[in-house]
Amino acid sequence: MSQEDLSRQAYWRAHLRLLAICLAIWFLVSFGLGIILAAPLNAISIGGYPLGFWFAQQGAIYTFIILIFVYAWRMNVLDRKYNVHEE
Amino acid sequence: MDQQTLSLLVVGATFALYIGIAIWARAGSTSEFYVAGRGVNPIANGMATAADWMSAASFISMAGLIAFLGFTGGAYLMGWTGGYVLMALLLAPYLRKFGKFTVPEFIGDRFYSKVARVVAVISLLAMSITYVIGQMRGVGIAFSNILEVPLAIGLLSGMAVVFIYAVLGGMKGITYTQIAQYVIMIFAYTVPAIFISLTLTGQVFPQIGLGSTLQGEDTYLLEALDQTMVDLGFTMYSATEGGMSMLNMFLLTMALMIGTAGLPHVIIRFFTVPRVRDARKSAGWALVFIGILYTTAPAVGAMAIWNLVNTVHPGEIGTEEGHLAYEDKPAWMERWEQTGLLAFEDKNEDGRIQYYNEDNEEFAAMAEEEYGWEGSEIVTLDRDIMVLANPEIAGLPGWVIALVAAGGIAAALSTAAGLLLAISSAISHDLLKGVFMPRISEQNELLAGRIAMAGAILFAGYLGLNPPGFAAEVVALAFGLAAASLFPTLMMGIFMKKMNKEGAIAGMLVGLVTTLLYIFTYKGWFFFSGTAMLPDTEEYWLFGVNPTGFGAIGAVFNFVAAYIVMKLTKEPPQHIQELVESVRVPRTDNPS
Repeated sequence: MSQEDLSRQAYWRAHLRLLAICLAIWFLVSFGLGIILAAPLNAISIGGYPLGFWFAQQGAIYTFIILIFVYAWRMNVLDRKYNVHEE
Repeated sequence: MDQQTLSLLVVGATFALYIGIAIWARAGSTSEFYVAGRGVNPIANGMATAADWMSAASFISMAGLIAFLGFTGGAYLMGWTGGYVLMALLLAPYLRKFGKFTVPEFIGDRFYSKVARVVAVISLLAMSITYVIGQMRGVGIAFSNILEVPLAIGLLSGMAVVFIYAVLGGMKGITYTQIAQYVIMIFAYTVPAIFISLTLTGQVFPQIGLGSTLQGEDTYLLEALDQTMVDLGFTMYSATEGGMSMLNMFLLTMALMIGTAGLPHVIIRFFTVPRVRDARKSAGWALVFIGILYTTAPAVGAMAIWNLVNTVHPGEIGTEEGHLAYEDKPAWMERWEQTGLLAFEDKNEDGRIQYYNEDNEEFAAMAEEEYGWEGSEIVTLDRDIMVLANPEIAGLPGWVIALVAAGGIAAALSTAAGLLLAISSAISHDLLKGVFMPRISEQNELLAGRIAMAGAILFAGYLGLNPPGFAAEVVALAFGLAAASLFPTLMMGIFMKKMNKEGAIAGMLVGLVTTLLYIFTYKGWFFFSGTAMLPDTEEYWLFGVNPTGFGAIGAVFNFVAAYIVMKLTKEPPQHIQELVESVRVPRTDNPS
């Protein structure tokens, strides 16, 4: 296996690791805090928002936006590190 | 100037703007027609994607759905935004790297099979046409409101405008028009929301207003709303009880998320940016622009139901002055009665309106005994009117009402244009040029696309008039189909190098057929009412699964069927495995 193939494999593995972390956060804020744990979380309030309700109707969306930009930034770093970035 | 003239002026001005842009940015080549020449800036593309994506369902129906669902309405909010995470992480960059014009084209090349490409086209058509129905109904409702005509005439006017509009521009024209439509749409959505939030809570941002106390009181808006709903026999607005079950909320959210990521008319938007890294970033920008509307919607929904209930019940429930007299009905109610989407009936003939949850037997019995009520007197209340009527309910000035109508139409038109482009490119580029008539001339390819577009508009218009559910729910079905057929196949095409054509085709067919069968069983064959095999209620659903959330299960069937068939058949040829390697990296120096 050539040097380039090895580097390509390492890049793909690092990429999959980043994907796993991002998808875990994606699942946690929506299905976790916004649905499955919403009932108990509703006992806590931030301002007039019960917390579970806030995650389902506000918080999950804010997290998604941040998540995509962080992913795009980390991928750019990864692309440069493994020298597969575009001009 | 009366309201009708004002609305017509504002809507007419926006139409002139769209058509002007469409003419200015006409496509000169097939690359410009299908992917805008790949020259679109990622932020501009994000904005166009947001307009393409946010449909009449998002603009008109979603807040209404949330208003009547309360907490569980979050399924629509999370589902329709969370899909962008999946799209940015799992699909968009790789499909951009692949660098072709359509989604079936990727599936056909990756799975080295014309059959796979045709199956992808069938899935694409099934979901896009279902999705267009929701848009047509949205346009019909908005037009019938402005012109004060029956829904059918409103719908026909909408069909005519969509036709002219879609035929004018290719992807290039559509992209720049959508940017203008986004600006109008977001302005039209947020201005009334800010006004209403200021009136009710004194907060400028509706996102903060929803979590604040009522103007001049110590009670939180949500608390007061919970109490009012309980007083009328409904369940608490912000609580997890009521609305749908946790299982169905989970499945619907999942189906909407993976469906969003698999929507071909949204995916092709990411073919228009110059580089792979732009595709990732552009998905983020799209979600920023979408998020502005989606975080406002819950406030709009909650405040709309609050205003409606407080208009009908201005005082204490059960007392005489606690209920609005029929002769004091505000003008907006009478206007909406003309469209047939709102109707009253004075059941106990006391000359006053009572609106409550008559399905709550215990409460209804108590109300009959104590208050002499004989049924809820709002006999028709179409959820789709909530956003359009909202500024009138809140007593906002005429230009705001006109702006909301223009925004609703912008939302429906921008999405319809994107969908019709996806439909026509699937027929002209994938079916005709790709499979049946490879030597077709460019001119004939475009002509075929336009004929397909016209057919789709007529069919969708008919179903828009006889819809199987509310606009947002019809759209939810389209998502189920996208979730069950295209998303898993695209994902396996990128992440499973050994996935072969047999597996992909089997997976798509199993996902598509199971989802369609489940939906048709409860909603009627091809959505024609009266042909449903079982009533569409929870006790008849298989394991209590709502047809709108079945796409998530269809997707699992797709994955499982594809995996089993892949294991039983031979692996894909070497050059296909190399193709997969190459879409996984943004830059390949020596394409092998």
